[in-house]
Amino acid sequence: MSDTKTSPIPFAFVAEFENATELYHAAEHVRDEGFKRWDVHTPYPVHGMDHAMGLGKSWLSALVLAGGTTGFLTALFLQFFTQGSLYPTIVQGKPANLSTIPAFFPVLFELTILFSAFSVLFGLLIVIMLPRWNHPLFNSELFKKFSDDGFILVIESRNRKFDVEGTRAFLEKIGAKRIEAVEEDPV
Amino acid sequence: MSQTVTNAEHNVHPSDQEGIAREPLVLNNRSMSWITNRICGIVENRQPLIWWILFVPSVLLAGVLGFTLVYLVSTGVGIWGNNQPVAWGWAIVNFVFWIGIGHAGTLISAILFLTRQKWRTSVNRASEAMTLFAVVCAGIYPGFHVGRFWMVWFLAPVPNANAIWQNFKSPLLWDVFAVSTYFTVSVIFWYIGLIPDLATMRDRAVTKVRKFLYGLFALGWRGGNRQWRHYEMGYLLLAALSTPLVLSVHSVVSFDFATSIVPGWHTTIFPPYFVAGAVFGGFAMVLTLMLPVRKLYGLEDMITPKHIDNMAKIILLTGTIVGYAYIMELFISYYGANKFEKDAFHLRILSGHYTWAYFCMFFCNVISPQIFWFAKMRKNLWVVFIIANFVNAGMWFERFVIIPTSVSMDFLPGQWGFYSPSIVEKWMFLGTFGLFLSLFLLFLRFLPVIAISEVKGVLPESDPHHHDWEEIKARRNAAHRG
Repeated sequence: MSDTKTSPIPFAFVAEFENATELYHAAEHVRDEGFKRWDVHTPYPVHGMDHAMGLGKSWLSALVLAGGTTGFLTALFLQFFTQGSLYPTIVQGKPANLSTIPAFFPVLFELTILFSAFSVLFGLLIVIMLPRWNHPLFNSELFKKFSDDGFILVIESRNRKFDVEGTRAFLEKIGAKRIEAVEEDPV
Repeated sequence: MSQTVTNAEHNVHPSDQEGIAREPLVLNNRSMSWITNRICGIVENRQPLIWWILFVPSVLLAGVLGFTLVYLVSTGVGIWGNNQPVAWGWAIVNFVFWIGIGHAGTLISAILFLTRQKWRTSVNRASEAMTLFAVVCAGIYPGFHVGRFWMVWFLAPVPNANAIWQNFKSPLLWDVFAVSTYFTVSVIFWYIGLIPDLATMRDRAVTKVRKFLYGLFALGWRGGNRQWRHYEMGYLLLAALSTPLVLSVHSVVSFDFATSIVPGWHTTIFPPYFVAGAVFGGFAMVLTLMLPVRKLYGLEDMITPKHIDNMAKIILLTGTIVGYAYIMELFISYYGANKFEKDAFHLRILSGHYTWAYFCMFFCNVISPQIFWFAKMRKNLWVVFIIANFVNAGMWFERFVIIPTSVSMDFLPGQWGFYSPSIVEKWMFLGTFGLFLSLFLLFLRFLPVIAISEVKGVLPESDPHHHDWEEIKARRNAAHRG
C-alpha cells in the first residue's frame, strides 16, 4: 500500500501527527495551500479547528429552526382544530378560546422541542452524510487510530492541487509522523 | 514554574498559573489510549462475578414485574386495590418517583453542558442511561393505569373510530406529551452522544458480531472535523432544547396535582419544588449507581473525588431548596385563609395516619444532606453513599406524603379511608427496581459507561495550543536558567 510509485493514484493520503497542536498547525498549512477535499480526523472535536481549516459556522441550526417551527405549528393546528371545531370538550369551565390559551402552552412547548430534537438527529445525519457504513478510509489501519489517540489528516486525491509526489512531500514538510496511501476498494 | 513570571509578560495560558490551577478532571496524567482501553475494556472483557450476582436477581425481579402486569391485565385493575379513597396510591407515587430520578441525566448532559461544567463528561453517559431506564420504569405506571392496556393508544392524538379527541386543556394530557417528549429527546441525546464512542468500539472490535453491531450503530462515523463541527452544533442545540425540557417535565407532572382543587395539592410552589426535588433525587441515584461502578471497574481516575464532591454539593443545594419548599408549604397553609388547606397540613404533620412518613421525608431530604456542608464528609465515599440512599428513600417518601395524605381524608367523611398498598402494588414496585437494575447492568455490559470522546476532550493536552504553551514555558525556563 505504501509503495506509491508502482500503484495508480491512491484515494487519499492518510497522515498521522504527533498531537493536537501539530495537527492544528498542519491544518492551517493545508488550508493555506488551497486544498479542497481534505479533513482532519480526531478522537474528540478539537477546539478552534474550524478556524484552522477555514470552515464557517455549521448551518444545522437553520434546519432545527425549521423543525421547531413545524412542531409549533403542528401543535397549534392539532389543539385548536380538535378543540375548536372537531371535538370541543367544554369541561372544568374552560371553553377553547383566547382566554384559555395558557392551557395550550404545554403541548405547544413539548411539540416544538420534540420536532426540533428530531430535526437535530435527522438534520445532523443529512449534513454529515451518514449513515455511510463503507468508506475507502476504513481500508487504512493508520486511519483507525483516529478513534483512539490518533491525530489524522487526510488529503484526498480528488483535489486539483493533488499530485502523488508533491503532496506526500508537502505532508512530510508540515510534520506528518507517518503517511499512508489509501486505495479505493477494487470494483 | 517560576513564581516571578507573570501571565502578561510571557503569554502563558491562565490555567498554567500556579495558585489558580484547577484540579485536573482526569487524574494521574492518563493518556488518551489509556482512557480508551479502560472504558472499552469494561465491555470487551468478561464481567466480574459481582455483575452476575446482581444481574440474576435483577432479571428475576423484572420477571416478577412482568408477572404482575400479566396478572393485572388478564384479571382487571381491581387487584390493584383501588377501591378506597386514594385509588391508585403507590402507582402514582412510583410514577413520580421514577420520573424524578430520570431528571439528573438530562440535567447533567444539558444544563451542565450549557454552563460549561466540564466535569460532567465523566458521568453524563451513565446518568443519561439511568434517565432512560428510570423513565421506562415510570412509563409502566400510567401505561397500565388506564385499566384497559390495549386501549392505551387512546392517549395519542390520532383519529379513531369514535371520532373522540383528547382534551388538550387537561394536565393529564400535558403529562402524556411531556413524558413521551422527554423520553424521545433523551434517547436522541444519548444516542448522538454515543456515536463517536460506538465508532471507537467498532474500530477495536475483534469478533465479527461486535464489528457488525457496533459498526451498524456507529453509522460509519469517521471523526472528521467536517463531521465534528456539525456534530458539536447538533449537541449544543440538543442541550439548549433539553434544558427547558428537563425543567418542564417535572413541572408538568406537578401540574397533575397543582391544577386540581385538592387541599395539599393545589399550590403554586409545586413546579419549582418538584423540579428541585427531581434533580435532588436524580443526583442521589447517580451517586448510588456510580460509586460502586467506579470502584468495580477501576474508574477512579476519571470519576474523581472532585466529581463526587460537586454532586454532593448539588444534593446539598437542591435538598435545601426542597426543605425551603416544605416549610413554605406549611407556612402558607398556616398563613393562608383556606381552612381545608390548613386541615390537610394538620393531618399531614400532626394527627394523620401518615405523620411518620412526613418526618421520614423531612429527615432524609432536608436534615441528612446538611452533612455535606463539611468537605470532609463529601470526601468520605461511605458517607456520600449512605446519604445518597437516604435521599433516594426520602424522595420516595415525599411523593408518598403528597399523594395519599392529601386524598385519604377528603371533603366528605364518606370519602375517608386508610390507604395501604396491595400485594400487587408492592411487587410491582420491587419489579421496577429489577427492571431498572437489569437495564443498567446490560448497559454496563454492552456500551461504554463513560463518554470516551468527551473525556479525551477535557484532557489538558487536547487543547490545540497546549504544546505551544508547553514550548513557551520551556523556552522561558531555559532563559531564566541561562
